[in-house]
Amino acid sequence: MMVCQPTSPWFATQQVDVMADPVPLKRLVTRLLILVVAMFAFGFALVPIYDVMCKAFGINGKTAGQYEGSQVVDPSRQVRVQFLATNAIDMVWEFRSKADELVVHPGAVNEMLFVAYNPSNKPMTAQAIPSISPAEAAVYFHKTECFCFTQQVLQPGERIEMPVRFIVDRDMPKDVKHLTLAYTLFDITARQPPVAAHSGG
Amino acid sequence: MSAVIDDHGHASDHAHGPAKGLMRWVLTTNHKDIGTMYLWFAFTMFLLGGSFAMVIRAELFQPGLQIVEPAFFNQMTTMHGLIMVFGAVMPAFVGLANWMIPLMIGAPDMALPRMNNFSFWLLPAAFLLLVSTLFTPGGGPNFGWTFYAPLSTTYAPESVTFFIFAIHLMGISSIMGAINVVATILNLRAPGMTLMKMPLFVWTWLITAFLLIAVMPVLAGCVTMMLMDIHFGTSFFSAAGGGDPVLFQHVFWFFGHPEVYIMILPAFGAVSSIIPTFSRKPLFGYTSMVYATASIAFLSFIVWAHHMFVVGIPLVGELFFMYATLLIAVPTGVKVFNWVSTMWQGSLTFETPMLFAVAFVILFTIGGFSGLMLAIAPADFQYHDTYFVVAHFHYVLVPGAIFGIFASAYYWLPKWTGHMYDETLGKLHFWLSFVGMNMAFFPMHFVGLAGMPRRVPDYNLQFADFNMVSSIGAFMFGATQIFFLFIVIKCIRGGPPAPAKPWDGAEGLEWSVPSPAPYHTFTTPPEVK
Repeated sequence: MMVCQPTSPWFATQQVDVMADPVPLKRLVTRLLILVVAMFAFGFALVPIYDVMCKAFGINGKTAGQYEGSQVVDPSRQVRVQFLATNAIDMVWEFRSKADELVVHPGAVNEMLFVAYNPSNKPMTAQAIPSISPAEAAVYFHKTECFCFTQQVLQPGERIEMPVRFIVDRDMPKDVKHLTLAYTLFDITARQPPVAAHSGG
Repeated sequence: MSAVIDDHGHASDHAHGPAKGLMRWVLTTNHKDIGTMYLWFAFTMFLLGGSFAMVIRAELFQPGLQIVEPAFFNQMTTMHGLIMVFGAVMPAFVGLANWMIPLMIGAPDMALPRMNNFSFWLLPAAFLLLVSTLFTPGGGPNFGWTFYAPLSTTYAPESVTFFIFAIHLMGISSIMGAINVVATILNLRAPGMTLMKMPLFVWTWLITAFLLIAVMPVLAGCVTMMLMDIHFGTSFFSAAGGGDPVLFQHVFWFFGHPEVYIMILPAFGAVSSIIPTFSRKPLFGYTSMVYATASIAFLSFIVWAHHMFVVGIPLVGELFFMYATLLIAVPTGVKVFNWVSTMWQGSLTFETPMLFAVAFVILFTIGGFSGLMLAIAPADFQYHDTYFVVAHFHYVLVPGAIFGIFASAYYWLPKWTGHMYDETLGKLHFWLSFVGMNMAFFPMHFVGLAGMPRRVPDYNLQFADFNMVSSIGAFMFGATQIFFLFIVIKCIRGGPPAPAKPWDGAEGLEWSVPSPAPYHTFTTPPEVK
């Protein structure tokens, strides 16, 4: 047999007499490369998968979008809902809720107003991100209207009141007696430059 | 240069040796040359990452800030982790794979020799890029080796882009190396070398290669998302734009957990060759070893969130990831049982490779047990991000991966160099490493349980004594590795000539070729009965 240098050909097996290849080398390498590409795509697929899982199971305190339904009020039960308004780092707005907490009945529609004020001398855009604690209650917290569904543009010195209307689900586990709805306000002016004309929240 | 090309151009000239000069190393496609380069590169990175660890331990020698700025301290912890994981342990195992897999399965070389050359030479480029960031204004990566967003995106130093590119290069190198290993093992085995006759080192590397192919692309995706968040206005990990920083941790640990098995499985394989040799008995439970390795690899994909027990995952999730993690103890227990059973009633001798291998079994088991403690979700709330975690993963990585590499190096040095290493010096290296390593890492369990957080340059006075002991142990371990360099160089330069089979109890095709192994081996495939 002419012994070949494995160093010279790209695919050494074609000349080296070894066991019958179960899969030709070229096809094997192609399959492995497809696996590499598939796993790279899977890394990105984790993004929507994660979003779907979070919304479906209320993981991480993520709340769903706008709630369309309505429920019968359960007057026998009371739940405390606390409100937190926090600025993300570098956000200069004043941001607070009108009251610290509400005591609500599951099933009833409630409203809370949040106040935002732009003390700077330029128009700015903001986005509020909600989160519910404890996280397992997130799927039982329905927002029928929320300023977090849109972005807010405030002119210099402008102040607005922004409503959130919500229903605490009647099916929420009985051991949850106390919820916290926390908003973090992010400055997204760089990403969404505000239109110079007036706009509201 | 033309001489070199000529050298490789004549396929019929099968008696030629290596080319001369520097270009031999730049252009080589020989698995032994490339394996040697991988091993030297890994050792260089081991010393560099180790010197960063010395900076960390010097700062922690006493409470208070005395030697480095906290910002630089953060860069040291980050670079120590990155360099040890991607620069030292992984390339060392790829080097061992390059050297030993063709010799163990009777193949003339790796299946894709030119790609082999490329995957090695990407590494110096990647690490030059990574280390150079330390000299940039704003400093190098300072967000920990796990580079959690938003620390590594919104709040990262400017150099993070270089870090991302370096990770991409390392990833490409690892993926190409892994494809090469799979192709070699599946296609180049000698006649008669069925899968279930392969040495366990080959088996564990085959499984490791599949892990690499599966998770390195996910890491590449993860850093690509970071890059897009930083430069192209996306919001994968930024809550302001609808993303989520916790998503980063899921993507990272989906890579990160299999990664820790990537760093340990080849060591399992090497130890499974070494213990039978010095016990003069065949390995106990070969088949169960193969299945245990495959089970560990499978389980590594479904346990990632045990790194994230405190981010607020639901109770059902915590329970699932806790039980799945505890399940890993079963196949790992099978392996430890098999190693101990192999030694049971064997004619044991304790040459240096065996010392490292036995220490591996004992100390890796200790690291495994602290892993079980961390796997218990309610207990992890206490241990999370303390020095207990640092103690745990150093116990699995230093006497696990690193001792596995030392054991392999001593075991196969006679085959590589043609000389026996100095047994007295080897044993001294072992005992200094053993004592230094335990002194450095055992007290970390105590300070961790008492609440000392990791990644801090300063700490409460109550932790002072244990930290001083840790630092002394770490200096001892670090200095000992310079001594290892001396032992290896001494062995390369001379020493008693090694026979083809220097260990009387050894089994395997690699011992059927002379020592040092000729530049080309198994150009005619051997018959395996």
